[in-house]
Amino acid sequence: MGHRTPLYEEHVKAGARIVDFGGWDMPLHYGSQIAEHHAVRRQVGIFDVSHMRAVEVRGARARDFLRYVLANDVDRLAVPGKALYGCLLNEQGGVLDDLITYFLAPDWFRLIVNAGPAERDISWLRDHARAFAVDITPRPDLAMIAVQGPQADAAGARVLDARACAALDRLPPFHATFTGDSFVARTGYTGEPGFEMLVDAQQVAPLWARFVTEGVVPAGLGARDTLRLEAGMNLYGHEMDEQVSPLESGLAWTVNLTTDRAFIGRSALLQQRAQGLTRRLTGLVLQGAGVVRAGQEVRGPFGVGTVTSGSFSPTLARGIGLVRVPIAALDGEVCTLAGRSGQALAARLVAPPFVRHGHALIDL
Amino acid sequence: MSKVPGDLRYTKSHEWVRAAGADLVVGITDHAQDLMGDMVFVELPKLGTLLAVGKECAVVESVKAASDVYAPLAGEVIEVNEALSGAPETLNSDPYGEGWLFKLRPHDPEAVHALLDAAAYESLLASEG
Repeated sequence: MGHRTPLYEEHVKAGARIVDFGGWDMPLHYGSQIAEHHAVRRQVGIFDVSHMRAVEVRGARARDFLRYVLANDVDRLAVPGKALYGCLLNEQGGVLDDLITYFLAPDWFRLIVNAGPAERDISWLRDHARAFAVDITPRPDLAMIAVQGPQADAAGARVLDARACAALDRLPPFHATFTGDSFVARTGYTGEPGFEMLVDAQQVAPLWARFVTEGVVPAGLGARDTLRLEAGMNLYGHEMDEQVSPLESGLAWTVNLTTDRAFIGRSALLQQRAQGLTRRLTGLVLQGAGVVRAGQEVRGPFGVGTVTSGSFSPTLARGIGLVRVPIAALDGEVCTLAGRSGQALAARLVAPPFVRHGHALIDL
Repeated sequence: MSKVPGDLRYTKSHEWVRAAGADLVVGITDHAQDLMGDMVFVELPKLGTLLAVGKECAVVESVKAASDVYAPLAGEVIEVNEALSGAPETLNSDPYGEGWLFKLRPHDPEAVHALLDAAAYESLLASEG
Protein backbone atom coordinates (compact mmCIF):
# COMPACT_ATOMS: atom_id res chain seq x y z
CA MET A 1 0.00 0.00 0.00
CA GLY A 2 1.29 3.42 -0.92
CA HIS A 3 0.64 6.82 0.63
CA ARG A 4 -2.95 8.00 0.38
CA THR A 5 -4.21 11.53 -0.03
CA PRO A 6 -7.11 12.82 2.10
CA LEU A 7 -9.29 12.28 -1.00
CA TYR A 8 -8.52 8.56 -1.36
CA GLU A 9 -11.93 7.48 -0.02
CA GLU A 10 -13.67 9.88 -2.43
CA HIS A 11 -11.82 8.28 -5.34
CA VAL A 12 -12.72 4.76 -4.28
CA LYS A 13 -16.39 5.71 -3.77
CA ALA A 14 -16.42 7.22 -7.27
CA GLY A 15 -15.19 3.91 -8.73
CA ALA A 16 -11.63 5.00 -9.50
CA ARG A 17 -9.03 2.57 -10.76
CA ILE A 18 -6.18 3.17 -8.33
CA VAL A 19 -2.53 2.98 -9.45
CA ASP A 20 0.83 3.66 -7.85
CA PHE A 21 2.33 7.00 -8.80
CA GLY A 22 5.57 8.06 -7.11
CA GLY A 23 4.71 5.92 -4.08
CA TRP A 24 1.12 7.20 -3.87
CA ASP A 25 -2.15 5.34 -4.48
CA MET A 26 -3.75 7.67 -7.01
CA PRO A 27 -6.80 7.52 -9.30
CA LEU A 28 -5.86 6.61 -12.91
CA HIS A 29 -9.43 7.21 -14.10
CA TYR A 30 -13.00 6.93 -12.86
CA GLY A 31 -14.27 4.93 -15.84
CA SER A 32 -13.01 6.64 -18.99
CA GLN A 33 -9.87 8.74 -19.10
CA ILE A 34 -10.79 9.99 -22.57
CA ALA A 35 -14.17 11.27 -21.34
CA GLU A 36 -12.35 12.96 -18.45
CA HIS A 37 -9.86 14.50 -20.89
CA HIS A 38 -12.67 15.92 -23.04
CA ALA A 39 -14.49 17.22 -19.95
CA VAL A 40 -11.42 19.31 -19.07
CA ARG A 41 -10.94 20.59 -22.65
CA ARG A 42 -14.63 21.39 -23.15
CA GLN A 43 -16.16 22.03 -19.71
CA VAL A 44 -14.38 21.56 -16.41
CA GLY A 45 -12.69 18.81 -14.43
CA ILE A 46 -11.13 18.45 -10.99
CA PHE A 47 -7.88 16.65 -10.10
CA ASP A 48 -6.52 15.51 -6.76
CA VAL A 49 -2.90 16.62 -6.79
CA SER A 50 -2.35 16.25 -3.05
CA HIS A 51 0.52 13.85 -3.73
CA MET A 52 2.54 16.89 -4.75
CA ARG A 53 4.28 18.47 -1.79
CA ALA A 54 4.10 22.10 -0.67
CA VAL A 55 7.35 23.21 0.97
CA GLU A 56 7.78 26.50 2.83
CA VAL A 57 11.08 28.36 2.49
CA ARG A 58 11.36 30.94 5.25
CA GLY A 59 14.09 33.25 6.45
CA ALA A 60 15.57 36.68 5.88
CA ARG A 61 17.79 35.23 3.13
CA ALA A 62 15.11 33.05 1.51
CA ARG A 63 15.47 34.93 -1.78
CA ASP A 64 19.28 34.60 -1.84
CA PHE A 65 18.92 30.89 -1.07
CA LEU A 66 16.47 30.26 -3.93
CA ARG A 67 18.62 32.31 -6.31
CA TYR A 68 21.38 29.82 -5.46
CA VAL A 69 19.50 26.49 -5.63
CA LEU A 70 17.14 27.17 -8.56
CA ALA A 71 18.16 27.45 -12.22
CA ASN A 72 15.48 30.08 -12.79
CA ASP A 73 15.96 33.41 -11.06
CA VAL A 74 13.44 34.26 -8.34
CA ASP A 75 14.46 37.90 -8.79
CA ARG A 76 11.95 37.72 -11.62
CA LEU A 77 9.34 37.64 -8.84
CA ALA A 78 8.68 41.24 -7.85
CA VAL A 79 5.04 41.16 -6.75
CA PRO A 80 3.91 38.98 -3.82
CA GLY A 81 1.78 36.10 -5.14
CA LYS A 82 3.71 35.80 -8.41
CA ALA A 83 4.80 32.28 -9.40
CA LEU A 84 7.84 31.01 -11.31
CA TYR A 85 8.43 27.62 -12.93
CA GLY A 86 11.94 26.19 -12.92
CA CYS A 87 14.33 23.38 -12.15
CA LEU A 88 16.35 22.22 -9.20
CA LEU A 89 19.72 21.11 -10.66
CA ASN A 90 22.63 19.07 -9.39
CA GLU A 91 26.22 20.23 -9.89
CA GLN A 92 26.37 18.41 -13.24
CA GLY A 93 23.39 20.38 -14.53
CA GLY A 94 21.07 17.37 -14.30
CA VAL A 95 17.49 17.97 -13.22
CA LEU A 96 16.63 16.87 -9.66
CA ASP A 97 13.07 18.11 -10.01
CA ASP A 98 10.93 20.75 -11.67
CA LEU A 99 8.84 22.92 -9.43
CA ILE A 100 6.77 26.06 -9.02
CA THR A 101 7.93 28.78 -6.65
CA TYR A 102 5.41 31.25 -5.23
CA PHE A 103 6.74 34.51 -3.82
CA LEU A 104 4.64 35.27 -0.72
CA ALA A 105 6.71 37.75 1.30
CA PRO A 106 10.34 38.93 1.32
CA ASP A 107 11.14 36.20 3.86
CA TRP A 108 8.67 33.56 2.64
CA PHE A 109 8.44 31.52 -0.55
CA ARG A 110 6.36 28.39 -1.17
CA LEU A 111 7.51 25.58 -3.48
CA ILE A 112 5.35 22.87 -5.02
CA VAL A 113 7.49 19.81 -5.82
CA ASN A 114 6.72 16.45 -7.44
CA ALA A 115 5.63 13.45 -5.37
CA GLY A 116 8.38 11.01 -6.39
CA PRO A 117 11.44 13.21 -5.75
CA ALA A 118 9.88 15.12 -2.79
CA GLU A 119 11.93 13.54 0.00
CA ARG A 120 15.18 13.88 -1.94
CA ASP A 121 14.31 17.52 -2.78
CA ILE A 122 13.67 18.31 0.87
CA SER A 123 16.96 16.92 2.11
CA TRP A 124 18.80 18.61 -0.78
CA LEU A 125 17.19 21.93 0.07
CA ARG A 126 17.92 21.50 3.79
CA ASP A 127 21.56 20.67 3.12
CA HIS A 128 22.01 23.91 1.20
CA ALA A 129 19.72 26.02 3.40
CA ARG A 130 22.00 25.89 6.44
CA ALA A 131 24.48 28.32 4.95
CA PHE A 132 21.63 30.79 4.41
CA ALA A 133 19.94 30.19 7.81
CA VAL A 134 16.72 29.43 5.94
CA ASP A 135 14.02 27.04 7.24
CA ILE A 136 12.66 24.33 4.95
CA THR A 137 9.24 23.09 6.10
CA PRO A 138 7.22 20.50 4.17
CA ARG A 139 3.46 20.91 4.53
CA PRO A 140 1.84 17.44 4.49
CA ASP A 141 -1.06 19.10 6.34
CA LEU A 142 -2.08 20.76 3.07
CA ALA A 143 -4.05 19.06 0.30
CA MET A 144 -4.11 20.32 -3.27
CA ILE A 145 -6.79 20.22 -5.96
CA ALA A 146 -6.75 21.53 -9.52
CA VAL A 147 -9.95 22.81 -11.17
CA GLN A 148 -9.28 23.06 -14.89
CA GLY A 149 -11.26 23.81 -18.02
CA PRO A 150 -13.04 26.67 -19.80
CA GLN A 151 -15.81 26.56 -17.16
CA ALA A 152 -13.45 26.40 -14.16
CA ASP A 153 -14.19 29.93 -12.94
CA ALA A 154 -17.94 29.44 -13.40
CA ALA A 155 -17.70 26.33 -11.23
CA GLY A 156 -15.59 28.24 -8.70
CA ALA A 157 -18.29 30.93 -8.53
CA ARG A 158 -20.87 28.29 -7.55
CA VAL A 159 -18.69 26.60 -4.94
CA LEU A 160 -16.39 29.18 -3.33
CA ASP A 161 -17.37 31.96 -0.95
CA ALA A 162 -17.71 35.57 -2.15
CA ARG A 163 -14.27 36.51 -0.91
CA ALA A 164 -12.54 33.68 -2.76
CA CYS A 165 -14.51 34.40 -5.93
CA ALA A 166 -13.53 38.06 -5.84
CA ALA A 167 -9.89 37.08 -5.34
CA LEU A 168 -10.05 34.61 -8.21
CA ASP A 169 -11.62 37.21 -10.50
CA ARG A 170 -8.69 39.55 -9.99
CA LEU A 171 -5.99 36.89 -10.19
CA PRO A 172 -3.78 37.05 -13.34
CA PRO A 173 -2.17 33.93 -14.82
CA PHE A 174 0.69 32.47 -12.75
CA HIS A 175 -0.30 34.42 -9.63
CA ALA A 176 -1.63 33.17 -6.30
CA THR A 177 -3.27 34.63 -3.23
CA PHE A 178 -4.53 33.66 0.21
CA THR A 179 -8.25 33.78 0.69
CA GLY A 180 -9.58 32.77 4.09
CA ASP A 181 -8.26 29.31 4.86
CA SER A 182 -7.12 28.50 1.36
CA PHE A 183 -4.42 29.43 -1.12
CA VAL A 184 -5.63 29.90 -4.68
CA ALA A 185 -3.32 29.95 -7.70
CA ARG A 186 -3.79 30.51 -11.43
CA THR A 187 -1.66 27.55 -12.36
CA GLY A 188 -2.30 24.16 -13.90
CA TYR A 189 -0.98 21.34 -16.04
CA THR A 190 -3.61 21.00 -18.75
CA GLY A 191 -3.31 23.90 -21.20
CA GLU A 192 -6.74 25.11 -20.11
CA PRO A 193 -7.73 28.02 -17.90
CA GLY A 194 -8.47 27.25 -14.26
CA PHE A 195 -6.96 27.34 -10.82
CA GLU A 196 -5.33 25.23 -8.16
CA MET A 197 -6.12 25.37 -4.44
CA LEU A 198 -4.11 24.40 -1.39
CA VAL A 199 -6.40 23.77 1.56
CA ASP A 200 -6.24 22.13 4.96
CA ALA A 201 -6.15 18.35 4.47
CA GLN A 202 -9.09 18.02 6.89
CA GLN A 203 -11.27 20.30 4.75
CA VAL A 204 -10.52 19.09 1.25
CA ALA A 205 -13.03 16.21 1.04
CA PRO A 206 -16.15 18.40 1.51
CA LEU A 207 -14.70 20.97 -0.90
CA TRP A 208 -14.07 18.26 -3.52
CA ALA A 209 -17.62 16.95 -3.02
CA ARG A 210 -19.11 20.42 -3.58
CA PHE A 211 -17.26 20.80 -6.89
CA VAL A 212 -18.45 17.36 -7.99
CA THR A 213 -22.04 18.16 -6.95
CA GLU A 214 -21.79 21.27 -9.12
CA GLY A 215 -21.02 19.12 -12.14
CA VAL A 216 -17.23 19.31 -12.14
CA VAL A 217 -15.94 16.00 -13.51
CA PRO A 218 -13.38 14.10 -11.39
CA ALA A 219 -10.37 13.43 -13.62
CA GLY A 220 -7.54 11.01 -12.93
CA LEU A 221 -3.84 10.82 -13.72
CA GLY A 222 -4.59 9.26 -17.13
CA ALA A 223 -6.37 12.40 -18.34
CA ARG A 224 -3.83 14.59 -16.57
CA ASP A 225 -1.08 12.92 -18.62
CA THR A 226 -2.78 13.26 -22.02
CA LEU A 227 -3.78 16.86 -21.25
CA ARG A 228 -0.24 17.91 -20.26
CA LEU A 229 1.20 16.04 -23.23
CA GLU A 230 -1.13 17.84 -25.67
CA ALA A 231 -0.15 21.09 -23.93
CA GLY A 232 3.53 20.24 -24.52
CA MET A 233 4.40 20.22 -20.83
CA ASN A 234 7.23 18.12 -19.43
CA LEU A 235 6.79 15.36 -16.86
CA TYR A 236 9.63 14.76 -14.42
CA GLY A 237 11.17 11.32 -14.93
CA HIS A 238 10.15 11.34 -18.62
CA GLU A 239 11.37 14.51 -20.33
CA MET A 240 14.03 15.20 -17.72
CA ASP A 241 15.87 13.52 -14.91
CA GLU A 242 19.23 13.73 -13.14
CA GLN A 243 21.08 12.66 -16.29
CA VAL A 244 19.61 15.33 -18.56
CA SER A 245 20.17 19.06 -18.74
CA PRO A 246 17.22 21.48 -18.91
CA LEU A 247 18.87 22.86 -22.07
CA GLU A 248 18.21 19.49 -23.76
CA SER A 249 14.71 19.22 -22.29
CA GLY A 250 13.00 22.21 -23.89
CA LEU A 251 13.52 24.17 -20.68
CA ALA A 252 16.20 26.70 -21.70
CA TRP A 253 13.55 29.38 -21.15
CA THR A 254 13.52 28.50 -17.43
CA VAL A 255 17.28 28.89 -17.01
CA ASN A 256 18.62 32.37 -16.53
CA LEU A 257 22.28 32.52 -17.59
CA THR A 258 22.27 36.18 -18.59
CA THR A 259 23.42 37.55 -15.21
CA ASP A 260 26.45 36.54 -13.16
CA ARG A 261 24.22 34.92 -10.50
CA ALA A 262 25.92 31.88 -8.96
CA PHE A 263 23.60 28.88 -8.83
CA ILE A 264 24.01 25.12 -8.56
CA GLY A 265 24.60 23.65 -12.02
CA ARG A 266 25.51 26.97 -13.65
CA SER A 267 29.07 26.10 -14.62
CA ALA A 268 27.97 22.74 -16.05
CA LEU A 269 25.31 24.46 -18.18
CA LEU A 270 27.77 27.09 -19.39
CA GLN A 271 30.18 24.35 -20.35
CA GLN A 272 27.48 22.44 -22.23
CA ARG A 273 26.54 25.58 -24.10
CA ALA A 274 30.17 26.35 -24.95
CA GLN A 275 30.77 22.80 -26.21
CA GLY A 276 27.53 22.87 -28.18
CA LEU A 277 24.36 21.02 -27.29
CA THR A 278 23.87 17.72 -29.07
CA ARG A 279 20.18 17.03 -28.46
CA ARG A 280 16.90 18.87 -28.08
CA LEU A 281 13.33 18.08 -27.16
CA THR A 282 10.49 18.47 -29.62
CA GLY A 283 7.17 16.81 -30.49
CA LEU A 284 5.95 14.30 -33.02
CA VAL A 285 2.61 13.31 -34.47
CA LEU A 286 1.76 10.05 -36.21
CA GLN A 287 0.44 10.37 -39.76
CA GLY A 288 -1.93 7.42 -39.39
CA ALA A 289 -3.36 5.05 -36.82
CA GLY A 290 -1.33 4.08 -33.78
CA VAL A 291 -0.27 5.16 -30.33
CA VAL A 292 3.16 6.55 -29.47
CA ARG A 293 4.89 4.96 -26.48
CA ALA A 294 7.69 6.26 -24.27
CA GLY A 295 11.02 4.63 -25.09
CA GLN A 296 10.29 4.10 -28.80
CA GLU A 297 13.07 4.90 -31.25
CA VAL A 298 12.40 7.53 -33.92
CA ARG A 299 14.39 7.43 -37.16
CA GLY A 300 14.64 10.20 -39.71
CA PRO A 301 17.07 12.17 -41.90
CA PHE A 302 18.36 13.60 -38.61
CA GLY A 303 19.39 10.20 -37.25
CA VAL A 304 17.83 8.54 -34.22
CA GLY A 305 15.73 10.04 -31.46
CA THR A 306 13.88 8.62 -28.45
CA VAL A 307 10.31 9.17 -27.39
CA THR A 308 10.25 10.52 -23.82
CA SER A 309 6.44 10.56 -23.47
CA GLY A 310 3.89 9.15 -25.86
CA SER A 311 0.18 8.53 -25.97
CA PHE A 312 -2.95 8.99 -27.97
CA SER A 313 -4.19 12.55 -28.19
CA PRO A 314 -7.94 12.49 -27.55
CA THR A 315 -8.32 16.02 -28.97
CA LEU A 316 -6.46 15.29 -32.22
CA ALA A 317 -7.43 11.60 -32.39
CA ARG A 318 -3.78 10.85 -33.28
CA GLY A 319 -0.78 9.35 -31.61
CA ILE A 320 1.50 12.10 -30.29
CA GLY A 321 4.67 12.25 -28.28
CA LEU A 322 7.58 14.29 -27.02
CA VAL A 323 10.90 13.16 -28.42
CA ARG A 324 14.56 13.89 -27.78
CA VAL A 325 16.32 14.25 -31.14
CA PRO A 326 19.76 15.26 -32.44
CA ILE A 327 20.10 19.03 -32.26
CA ALA A 328 20.01 19.48 -36.06
CA ALA A 329 16.61 17.80 -36.45
CA LEU A 330 14.08 20.25 -37.86
CA ASP A 331 10.42 20.43 -36.98
CA GLY A 332 8.44 19.35 -40.03
CA GLU A 333 10.86 16.53 -40.87
CA VAL A 334 9.30 13.17 -41.61
CA CYS A 335 10.38 10.21 -39.53
CA THR A 336 9.31 6.69 -38.63
CA LEU A 337 8.66 4.66 -35.50
CA ALA A 338 8.65 0.89 -35.29
CA GLY A 339 5.14 -0.47 -34.82
CA ARG A 340 4.31 -3.51 -32.72
CA SER A 341 4.94 -6.00 -35.45
CA GLY A 342 7.99 -4.18 -36.80
CA GLN A 343 6.14 -2.19 -39.45
CA ALA A 344 7.18 1.45 -39.91
CA LEU A 345 4.73 4.05 -38.63
CA ALA A 346 5.08 7.40 -40.42
CA ALA A 347 5.36 10.44 -38.20
CA ARG A 348 6.39 14.09 -38.42
CA LEU A 349 8.33 16.26 -35.99
CA VAL A 350 6.29 19.22 -34.77
CA ALA A 351 6.98 21.95 -32.25
CA PRO A 352 4.80 21.46 -29.17
CA PRO A 353 2.29 22.42 -27.81
CA PHE A 354 -0.20 20.35 -29.78
CA VAL A 355 -3.35 21.76 -28.19
CA ARG A 356 -4.11 24.83 -26.08
CA HIS A 357 -7.42 26.22 -24.87
CA GLY A 358 -9.41 23.55 -26.65
CA HIS A 359 -7.85 24.16 -30.08
CA ALA A 360 -5.40 22.14 -32.16
CA LEU A 361 -2.20 24.10 -32.78
CA ILE A 362 -0.69 21.75 -35.36
CA ASP A 363 -1.79 20.74 -38.84
CA LEU A 364 -2.60 17.07 -39.19
CA MET B 1 -16.74 -7.22 -10.71
CA SER B 2 -16.35 -8.00 -14.38
CA LYS B 3 -19.32 -9.47 -16.18
CA VAL B 4 -19.01 -13.12 -17.26
CA PRO B 5 -22.14 -14.18 -19.21
CA GLY B 6 -23.11 -17.78 -18.52
CA ASP B 7 -23.81 -18.73 -22.15
CA LEU B 8 -20.32 -18.02 -23.51
CA ARG B 9 -17.04 -19.95 -23.64
CA TYR B 10 -13.73 -18.36 -22.67
CA THR B 11 -9.97 -18.62 -23.10
CA LYS B 12 -7.21 -18.10 -20.56
CA SER B 13 -6.09 -15.14 -22.65
CA HIS B 14 -9.45 -13.39 -22.07
CA GLU B 15 -11.25 -13.95 -25.37
CA TRP B 16 -14.89 -15.03 -25.41
CA VAL B 17 -16.67 -17.21 -27.96
CA ARG B 18 -20.38 -17.36 -28.76
CA ALA B 19 -21.91 -20.10 -30.92
CA ALA B 20 -23.86 -18.73 -33.92
CA GLY B 21 -25.10 -21.82 -35.73
CA ALA B 22 -22.01 -23.69 -36.93
CA ASP B 23 -19.94 -20.49 -36.68
CA LEU B 24 -18.45 -18.68 -33.71
CA VAL B 25 -18.41 -15.01 -32.72
CA VAL B 26 -15.19 -13.90 -30.99
CA GLY B 27 -14.49 -10.92 -28.75
CA ILE B 28 -12.52 -9.87 -25.68
CA THR B 29 -13.98 -10.13 -22.20
CA ASP B 30 -15.24 -7.37 -19.94
CA HIS B 31 -12.28 -8.08 -17.66
CA ALA B 32 -9.85 -7.55 -20.56
CA GLN B 33 -11.38 -4.25 -21.66
CA ASP B 34 -11.55 -3.02 -18.07
CA LEU B 35 -7.87 -3.75 -17.49
CA MET B 36 -6.84 -2.02 -20.70
CA GLY B 37 -8.89 1.14 -20.33
CA ASP B 38 -10.10 3.36 -23.16
CA MET B 39 -9.64 1.65 -26.52
CA VAL B 40 -8.36 3.81 -29.34
CA PHE B 41 -7.46 1.43 -32.17
CA VAL B 42 -8.52 -2.02 -33.30
CA GLU B 43 -6.69 -4.05 -35.95
CA LEU B 44 -8.84 -6.91 -37.25
CA PRO B 45 -7.85 -10.01 -39.24
CA LYS B 46 -8.45 -10.09 -42.99
CA LEU B 47 -11.45 -11.98 -44.30
CA GLY B 48 -10.57 -15.52 -45.25
CA THR B 49 -7.54 -15.72 -42.95
CA LEU B 50 -6.93 -19.25 -41.73
CA LEU B 51 -6.12 -19.20 -38.06
CA ALA B 52 -4.33 -21.80 -35.99
CA VAL B 53 -5.43 -22.09 -32.40
CA GLY B 54 -3.57 -19.62 -30.17
CA LYS B 55 -2.37 -17.57 -33.17
CA GLU B 56 -2.29 -13.75 -32.83
CA CYS B 57 -5.13 -12.58 -35.02
CA ALA B 58 -6.05 -9.07 -33.93
CA VAL B 59 -4.64 -6.16 -31.92
CA VAL B 60 -6.58 -3.98 -29.53
CA GLU B 61 -4.83 -0.82 -28.44
CA SER B 62 -5.86 1.40 -25.56
CA VAL B 63 -4.47 4.68 -24.30
CA LYS B 64 -2.47 2.59 -21.87
CA ALA B 65 -1.24 -0.42 -23.87
CA ALA B 66 -1.55 -2.58 -26.97
CA SER B 67 -2.56 -6.21 -26.67
CA ASP B 68 -2.77 -9.16 -29.03
CA VAL B 69 -5.97 -11.13 -29.44
CA TYR B 70 -5.42 -14.88 -29.90
CA ALA B 71 -7.52 -17.27 -31.97
CA PRO B 72 -9.56 -19.34 -29.51
CA LEU B 73 -9.95 -22.14 -32.07
CA ALA B 74 -8.56 -23.05 -35.47
CA GLY B 75 -10.70 -21.88 -38.37
CA GLU B 76 -11.38 -19.34 -41.09
CA VAL B 77 -12.27 -15.68 -40.53
CA ILE B 78 -15.62 -15.20 -42.28
CA GLU B 79 -16.67 -11.78 -41.05
CA VAL B 80 -15.07 -8.87 -39.18
CA ASN B 81 -16.71 -6.07 -37.22
CA GLU B 82 -15.81 -3.12 -39.48
CA ALA B 83 -17.79 -0.72 -37.27
CA LEU B 84 -15.08 -0.96 -34.62
CA SER B 85 -12.50 0.96 -36.63
CA GLY B 86 -14.60 4.10 -36.37
CA ALA B 87 -15.76 3.40 -32.82
CA PRO B 88 -13.15 1.42 -30.85
CA GLU B 89 -14.81 2.60 -27.61
CA THR B 90 -17.56 0.06 -28.33
CA LEU B 91 -15.10 -2.53 -26.99
CA ASN B 92 -15.35 -0.76 -23.63
CA SER B 93 -19.06 -0.10 -23.57
CA ASP B 94 -20.37 -3.40 -24.96
CA PRO B 95 -17.61 -6.04 -25.06
CA TYR B 96 -20.05 -8.98 -25.38
CA GLY B 97 -22.41 -7.33 -27.87
CA GLU B 98 -21.62 -4.58 -30.40
CA GLY B 99 -17.95 -4.91 -29.48
CA TRP B 100 -17.51 -8.36 -31.09
CA LEU B 101 -14.32 -8.66 -33.16
CA PHE B 102 -14.81 -11.31 -35.84
CA LYS B 103 -16.65 -14.49 -36.81
CA LEU B 104 -14.82 -17.77 -37.21
CA ARG B 105 -15.80 -20.92 -39.08
CA PRO B 106 -14.10 -23.54 -36.90
CA HIS B 107 -12.37 -26.54 -38.44
CA ASP B 108 -13.77 -28.60 -35.59
CA PRO B 109 -17.04 -27.20 -34.19
CA GLU B 110 -16.86 -29.65 -31.29
CA ALA B 111 -13.57 -28.09 -30.09
CA VAL B 112 -15.55 -25.22 -28.57
CA HIS B 113 -16.51 -27.50 -25.69
CA ALA B 114 -12.88 -27.72 -24.67
CA LEU B 115 -12.80 -24.00 -23.91
CA LEU B 116 -13.47 -22.65 -20.40
CA ASP B 117 -17.10 -22.32 -19.33
CA ALA B 118 -18.23 -19.28 -17.37
CA ALA B 119 -17.59 -20.90 -13.98
CA ALA B 120 -14.05 -21.93 -14.96
CA TYR B 121 -13.33 -18.44 -16.36
CA GLU B 122 -14.63 -16.83 -13.19
CA SER B 123 -12.32 -18.93 -11.07
CA LEU B 124 -9.45 -17.98 -13.38
CA LEU B 125 -10.25 -14.30 -12.76
CA ALA B 126 -10.50 -14.93 -9.03
CA SER B 127 -7.11 -16.65 -9.03
CA GLU B 128 -5.56 -13.73 -10.96
CA GLY B 129 -6.85 -11.56 -8.10
